[in-house]
Amino acid sequence: MPKDLVFITVIGKDQKGIIARLSNAVFRHNINIEDLNQKVMEGYFVMTMLADMAESKASISDLKKEFAEIEKQMDLKIQVQHENIFKAMHRV
Amino acid sequence: MEYSLDEVMETVRMTMYHNFDIRTVTLGINLKDCIDPDIESFKSNVYDKVTEYGKRLVHEAGKLEDKYGVPIINKRISVTPVSLIVESCDEDAPLEIAKTLDRAARDANIDFIGGYGALVQKGMTRADARLIDSLPEALSSTERVCAFLNVASTVSGMNMDAVIKLGSIIKDIAGRTENGIGCTKFAVFSNAPEDNPFMAGAFHGVGEPDFSLNIGISGPGVVRSVVEKNRECDLTELSEVIKRTAFKITRAGELIGRELASNMDVPFGIVDISLASTTKVGDSVAGIVEMMGIGKMGAPGSTAALALLIDAVKKGGAMASGNVGGLSGTFIPVSEDSGMNEAVKKGALSIEKLEALTAVCSVGLDMIAIPGDTPAETISAIVADELSIGVVNAKTTGVRLIPVPGKIAGDYVNFGGLLGETYVMDISTFSSRDFIMRGGRMPAPITSMRN
Repeated sequence: MPKDLVFITVIGKDQKGIIARLSNAVFRHNINIEDLNQKVMEGYFVMTMLADMAESKASISDLKKEFAEIEKQMDLKIQVQHENIFKAMHRV
Repeated sequence: MEYSLDEVMETVRMTMYHNFDIRTVTLGINLKDCIDPDIESFKSNVYDKVTEYGKRLVHEAGKLEDKYGVPIINKRISVTPVSLIVESCDEDAPLEIAKTLDRAARDANIDFIGGYGALVQKGMTRADARLIDSLPEALSSTERVCAFLNVASTVSGMNMDAVIKLGSIIKDIAGRTENGIGCTKFAVFSNAPEDNPFMAGAFHGVGEPDFSLNIGISGPGVVRSVVEKNRECDLTELSEVIKRTAFKITRAGELIGRELASNMDVPFGIVDISLASTTKVGDSVAGIVEMMGIGKMGAPGSTAALALLIDAVKKGGAMASGNVGGLSGTFIPVSEDSGMNEAVKKGALSIEKLEALTAVCSVGLDMIAIPGDTPAETISAIVADELSIGVVNAKTTGVRLIPVPGKIAGDYVNFGGLLGETYVMDISTFSSRDFIMRGGRMPAPITSMRN
């Protein structure tokens, strides 16, 4: 099955449980984590997760709704974007 | 990972912090196949076609906003110039069609629909004249209809009889609407592009197919932030940095435009790479110029800075997409750009300097409030000056002036929302009436003979 990759990006204050909560949400929707990267940039915790939605029934907008709750509770900014836009901007 | 964290974050930051968005997706629709000798059938054909495609446009664009996390601010429609489709109809047909377009746009949740206009650079047909005469009523009795007139071109010269008419028509539109706001929906052009996605001047040209999906990208905030990060470099290097950024945002725009066109099963038209500012602080073209080192927009050096900026944007954009088109110049709308407005308030920017900027890259005198008592022939003279720059330099120039009733130079006026706020600009009180009233056609310049 061809992959359907999205980037889930998190920016905010470093705290316990960020990755746990996100991975849990992603797992429940049958989304596979392909890669994970995190570091502290300019004082902020930054994490990018590359996830494959090919086998999931959820849409990007379903995922965004679910993350909106986590954003509020943990004071984070979470963005979900299809991989194509990164390919268009950063690969010739 | 195939992408570095920095690459991913660059894209995310553009959308999250620097107001990167798709300013408009505009679907061009051919209405020639809606013509019917019976005006009621004609209207219903127009209504059905516009609402069907308008609703689909809004729906499909919403899906892509979610997919890519890039807001699509405006979903719009442009149609065949209305003067062309009412040629064989009764006298009041233009107005009837304007009202139909307005109703269709409202029902499809389209904020603006363009194309209520005519191409009269060489002369007017009876239908053209009727449409022009209907403009004050059409723009004051509809909410979403945008109008345009092309009154000059490099190959035809300038139709001065139309330019004379325009002065009083602009004043009439202003007089019928609060703060003259009707004039914000009316643009006058030389060399108007047939695939421009931006309002008020968008129309679906006669050389276009049945449908054409055109997209206007944005990103003054993104460009400003890279200029801010490169405070020390020389102008050659600055141009490179801007070029690379323009490349990236154009690629994103092209991706979304093509996907939207394919999802709607219509041909993809063009990407317009103009940097379109908004009233948001930081999302301003004047802001970029000032970040480049100009004390205030309008100060000496502004023309050179803007020329460099847009040249870099064009080079990056042309590399990113084979379909660059539309206006693809600089928009420096005074009321819609908070930095421009601030420059007017501080006295740094005059209408004469704005005119000079159009000689290098700006596409016109846009969203400029002028005193309400400016004589009609002075408005015609400003239009003639501005369009001459387009005619001679073989480029598009446009005029969107708002003579605000009851206001004088320096007064504050608020148009609301995206249209912004501004201060009324000072206009020369010397009259050029005798020149303008000569009428006729200004011949095409010698540079138009290229065959």
